[in-house]
Amino acid sequence: MLLLLLIVVGLGVVLTRDLLKATMLFAIYSLTIAGLFAALDAGDVALTEAAVGAGISTILILAVLALVPRHEKRRGGHNLAALFTVLVTGAALVYASLDLPEFGAADNPVHQHVGPYYIEQTYSDMGIPNLVAAVLAGYRSIDTMGEAVVILTAGIAVYALLSVPPRRRRKKGPPA
Amino acid sequence: MTVLSFFNYWAVIVLMMIGYYCMIVRGNMIKKIIGLGIFQTSAFILFISAGKVIGGSTPILREGVDIHANPLPHVIILTAIVVGVATTAVGLALTVRIREAYGSIDDDAIDAVEEGDGE
Amino acid sequence: MKDNPILVVVARFLIPLVMLFGLYVQFHGEYSPGGGFQAGVIFSAGWILFVFVYGLETGLRIIPPGVIYTLASLGVLLYCFIGLLGVILGGRFLDFYPLLESPHAAQQAGIILVEFGVGVTVATVVMLFFLMFARRRGEEIAGGLDPDAEDEPQPDEDDWR
Repeated sequence: MLLLLLIVVGLGVVLTRDLLKATMLFAIYSLTIAGLFAALDAGDVALTEAAVGAGISTILILAVLALVPRHEKRRGGHNLAALFTVLVTGAALVYASLDLPEFGAADNPVHQHVGPYYIEQTYSDMGIPNLVAAVLAGYRSIDTMGEAVVILTAGIAVYALLSVPPRRRRKKGPPA
Repeated sequence: MTVLSFFNYWAVIVLMMIGYYCMIVRGNMIKKIIGLGIFQTSAFILFISAGKVIGGSTPILREGVDIHANPLPHVIILTAIVVGVATTAVGLALTVRIREAYGSIDDDAIDAVEEGDGE
Repeated sequence: MKDNPILVVVARFLIPLVMLFGLYVQFHGEYSPGGGFQAGVIFSAGWILFVFVYGLETGLRIIPPGVIYTLASLGVLLYCFIGLLGVILGGRFLDFYPLLESPHAAQQAGIILVEFGVGVTVATVVMLFFLMFARRRGEEIAGGLDPDAEDEPQPDEDDWR
């Protein structure tokens, strides 16, 4: 199944020291996730994840790899505290997942309150076949406005960070 | 609850932990950003798999389809994906500036420079 | 790269196709999977492909940086303006019903305009990301830093403020 492929690719990304390989594996990871979304009946989300994850994220990381050394420094020893933290968090999450409802059942709590309303009422309210676009821009427009503002803010932040000419860090304080 | 349902959730948790480990252990900034991306997308899988209805289809009204997947998780994840790419871009811009200022993007090396400066 | 005939031929074929597909996804967002975000990303990918093949200077001649910055803000402003239009015409903020007479037509018109604003913002912001990162290497070399230097923390400059 696709999830096993994802786990293998994820381990490859963590363990490799060459950043170019890590970027390419990350692109494969994003594209596989887009395929997984398509298998889970999410058309819009699969399109977005394929375009954004395998497209834009990869291009941006590659553009930065032209400015940054390609190989990662080898760090000596194993970090046992971090491994322990990760295992404890994972165990806690697995324990919490025992309460989750059955995968794909039609009477899950998530399908109870607002979901059926959107599925039934969209055509009579708006006349649009695409339910996701109707909810995104019709029923929940303010969230989409917030998201557009977030991406504009990211553009402004990148512009503010990278519009000054490069220079090295200067020490603080007057000379002795 | 069948084992297959559990397997889905546990595979997602394993992916989340892989991303988490990559974020906290690797010192290279770009590795950290990639780890953040892995963590985020594994959370998306969890949400989208919650919205699936077995026997249903994509939430677009058309001929011959009666049962649809729930559109609400899709809307939330759509916003989250775009916010994720915005975060990645700002993180990469910060990485470029750090590289120019300190000459390195490794955590330990930058700490050494900072400590040497504080004397 | 514009001297390589394979790349030039493929690019001349693909770039208009990609941009047309971006516009298709934008305006068919109500009938098939699509909408503002996907269309913006696909459209900007067409421009980025053009920059890969023909160079950043040529790409900036086609869509100047000033236009990119202006359109990024105008997309969000269009979204807010449609929202305020709902208030001016008597409803609530981002209420599409007062825009036209028939409620279906009003919702569809509102959604198309709003998604267009989002698409313009996303496309121009992604172009801006790529532009900022692609120019940095030239600026670093011009500023005296070496982008290909090995990963060692360099001693600070003795340039006291």
